[in-house]
Amino acid sequence: MGAQLRVYRQKIKSAQTTKKITRAMELISASRIQKAQARVAASTPYARAITRAVSAVATYSNVDHVLTTEPEKIERAAIVIFSSDRGLAGAFNSNVLKESEQLAELLRGQGKDVVYFLIGRKANAYFTFRRRAFERVWTGGTDAPEFETAKEIADAVLESFLRDASDGGVDEIHVVYNRFVNMLTQVPEVVRLLPLEVVEGVEEPGEHEILPLYEFEPDVETVLDSLLPVYIESRIFNAMLQSAASKHAATQKAMKSASDNADKLIRDYTRLANNARQSEITQQISEIVGGADALASSR
Amino acid sequence: MASPLKVSVVAADHEVWSGEASMVVAKTVEGEIGILAGHEPLLAILASGEVRVTLAGGTSVRASAEDGFLSVENDTVTIVARQAELV
Repeated sequence: MGAQLRVYRQKIKSAQTTKKITRAMELISASRIQKAQARVAASTPYARAITRAVSAVATYSNVDHVLTTEPEKIERAAIVIFSSDRGLAGAFNSNVLKESEQLAELLRGQGKDVVYFLIGRKANAYFTFRRRAFERVWTGGTDAPEFETAKEIADAVLESFLRDASDGGVDEIHVVYNRFVNMLTQVPEVVRLLPLEVVEGVEEPGEHEILPLYEFEPDVETVLDSLLPVYIESRIFNAMLQSAASKHAATQKAMKSASDNADKLIRDYTRLANNARQSEITQQISEIVGGADALASSR
Repeated sequence: MASPLKVSVVAADHEVWSGEASMVVAKTVEGEIGILAGHEPLLAILASGEVRVTLAGGTSVRASAEDGFLSVENDTVTIVARQAELV
């Protein structure tokens, strides 16, 4: 076998092996999306109920609460970045990181310090590689987020929110995550969690409707005190679930195009290999004919 | 008879029960509270314990809820708890 032909055969084989891997990964994430999506759907009633309750308190009461009022001067802002543990998901991680860089720049432009809370190995690697400081990191388990982890993150974030700015506490909390729109689209999204900016889920009262007058038990402040941590938890949990679903969708898409590319490579190399084989045969024939000619004429 | 209550009981990761009912009895931090249709809007912290939902037919559904809230608005009762399940 000619050298050229052997090289092509090797390349075909290697593309075939890669294709097997990418195809397998595609199928795996395709099967996981269903589950991740179901979990997002299952957690939605809770998130919606909590959001409605928080909106109700924020809209229909006028108490001054540390979690709802905007401080006069914001010294430090926290950004919570939801990335994934594994790559091979196209622009999934770079999108979130890019978005958070932009946000950080904006915040710095407003004269605020920025501290980071990271979720997922990819964000961790990004920060470690650039030798940049971050407050805390959670890795492992971004594929199938646990509510316990969400609670832990929420606790840590709230703890630093409630600390004084002079002790290194933060006055503002933003989250950046990939929102799952559908199988094809995932949008990086930036949301300010605290101080509260609740708008969604509240039905605008019609002109003739009277605003419901809420009664709180035991009292407004206690309700707010215990409601807001739960709200933050549920928002963080929701972001984790959305991010997981988006990750699977992004992986599936990336792996599908990788398999398609492998197919194309295999086809191209097969053509080239056929060409090489054919020209080898042609050369051998012309050598034989040439040799026979030489023998015949020398007689 | 007044229009029935719309009740949903949700836990952090799934919806436990939802449907129409005539009465809901729950335990808040201040004591037991019973809710019928036409109740004023309310937001209360639940004490861990049992929530009883009485259906229109008179049968009742019981659920345990921990770490949760009860919200009533416009004849819609939502019981939100970190952990909740039917008993």
